[in-house]
Amino acid sequence: MTLILTLASRNLFHDRVRLIATVVGIVFSIVLVTVQLGVFLSFERMVTTMIDHAQADFWIVPAETKSFEESSLLAGRERLQALSVDGVTAAIPVVVGYASWRKPNGGASTPVLVVGAPTGAAGLQPWNVMEGSADDLSMPDGVAIDRSYFEQLGIAQIRGRAEINNQKARVVAVTSGIRSFTTTPHVFASLERARTYLGVPPNRANYYIVRIAPNANAAVVRSRLAAGLSDAEVLTSEEFRHRTRVFWLFDTGAGAALLGSAILGIIVGTIIVAQTLYSSTKDHLKEFATLRAIGSSCRYILKVILAQALISAVVGFSIAAGIDLALVKMTADAALPIVMTPELTIGLFGLTVVMCAIAAIAAIRVVTRIDPVLVFAQ
Amino acid sequence: MTQTMIEASAIAMVLGEGAARVDALKDINLSLAGGELTLLMGPSGSGKTTLLSVLGCMLSPTGGSVQIRGRSTTGLNAEQLAQLRRDNVGFVFQSYHLFPTLTAAENVRLALDVRGERSPLARVKAEKALATVGLSHKAKAFPRALSGGEQQRVAVARAIVGDASVILADEPTAALDSENGQAVMTVLADIAKDPARAMFIVTHDPRIMPFADRILRIEDGRIVSDQRRGGANISAVRALKYAS
Repeated sequence: MTLILTLASRNLFHDRVRLIATVVGIVFSIVLVTVQLGVFLSFERMVTTMIDHAQADFWIVPAETKSFEESSLLAGRERLQALSVDGVTAAIPVVVGYASWRKPNGGASTPVLVVGAPTGAAGLQPWNVMEGSADDLSMPDGVAIDRSYFEQLGIAQIRGRAEINNQKARVVAVTSGIRSFTTTPHVFASLERARTYLGVPPNRANYYIVRIAPNANAAVVRSRLAAGLSDAEVLTSEEFRHRTRVFWLFDTGAGAALLGSAILGIIVGTIIVAQTLYSSTKDHLKEFATLRAIGSSCRYILKVILAQALISAVVGFSIAAGIDLALVKMTADAALPIVMTPELTIGLFGLTVVMCAIAAIAAIRVVTRIDPVLVFAQ
Repeated sequence: MTQTMIEASAIAMVLGEGAARVDALKDINLSLAGGELTLLMGPSGSGKTTLLSVLGCMLSPTGGSVQIRGRSTTGLNAEQLAQLRRDNVGFVFQSYHLFPTLTAAENVRLALDVRGERSPLARVKAEKALATVGLSHKAKAFPRALSGGEQQRVAVARAIVGDASVILADEPTAALDSENGQAVMTVLADIAKDPARAMFIVTHDPRIMPFADRILRIEDGRIVSDQRRGGANISAVRALKYAS
């Protein structure tokens, strides 16, 4: 085996204080980046959760709709227009809006996002129902909420009662894992109840979920749908997801802040690693001059420095990955859990290596200018 | 017939400019032959180390030319000079310059590693070089566990392991006591008997003169005397005996 790795690793482990400083720098940086990117991924997933769980071929949305949560009402004629297009089998109305939830035992009201769709229809129904069923939303005043919001909504168990915009509500179904990316819980209701809670006139809706026949030409159907609509757009689920993500992640600045923090983490980590590698190289300058004197090429010395950077990266990343896994487990039930995917893990490892390689540039600049005559200095 | 390993012609080395200009070497003509141990002696600041650096392809002279085994160093860039060093030159330094994190054997093997020799044969060569300097039993020792003399012998093993045609040593005994200095010089003198190698040692130490086949004296950047064994002066210093 080449002595490059031996020399690099022993140089690193010889000075444990400096190695610890290097590794802490990398760990700090990678954990910070992971948390930011993990939250970004989580955020990205959560903002589209309603769209993801809707059984839609197309969405008819009000013109210039920016996200699922923020939309105006459609005119109401769109449903019949959609159903008149060949290939369309259903146009399911969905009503969405913010309302005030008053806890049963008094106290302050809390805002909720009411989501209403016809019960029993494929469209947008609560999922992961643990108690009761989605069909129970057809019961008088019936709503579904997530178990994780019981305390926030003042509900102790299923059949608990409350008020939404001063109208009765009764929890008839309990879901698990339907969490909002904000502090505003989702409340599912039947279409009619949702309209009542939100004051939406009959036959009006925020969206229509369009289903088409299996043998229909989606592009043709979409074109015909769009041609007949004014002040409304036809979007695929992917387009609606993208629009919602762009709004929440970038138009609001939330995603930019997360990415900004991640970039800051990379910069801080790079600087820490660069500083320690640079000072390590300065301390070993005579050894590198000796290498040069005995005839080593610049490339050989660069390999030693890069090997040091790579070893630092592997050690730092291994520790950071362990901490990251612990954080993922700890935040699994949080409002915004940290998400780690295999792609993110591989990407972070690559990022760590690149970060350490960039950090080695200052050290490399020192050794490429080294004068072998230095070996004669006492 | 011995082979010329290094040929230096009209070497000049000017350092600094203007008022700070120093003519470190002036019109040096020198050839080093295989199988010969040459000492370069002279007072501090006389140009010994500068000449060693020029002969070792670490510094390019401002005038004249150097040829290592027939290959001129003129016009070579830093990488080409490094290649010339790793292929032809072995160094022994006053401060040993061993790598503290590598064992004795690894320090020796490093000289092969930089040449891309990483086969099991490289280990064998390193063991053989250590055996030559009498340190086979210290192969796994780190420099901190070795005496100064032993460290210098490891450095000698590193210098010879690649079959360098020229061994250049800078004050190899300066940091050693008499006993260790003698041991190191004995090793170097044995190695110098190899007709495929020229040995060039810069020193202040008169105790090592008896080991020399040739003694050069340098003053103010000029070679002022060049005496070979058998000459009157050499005979005189031989009588001094090393450790006395």
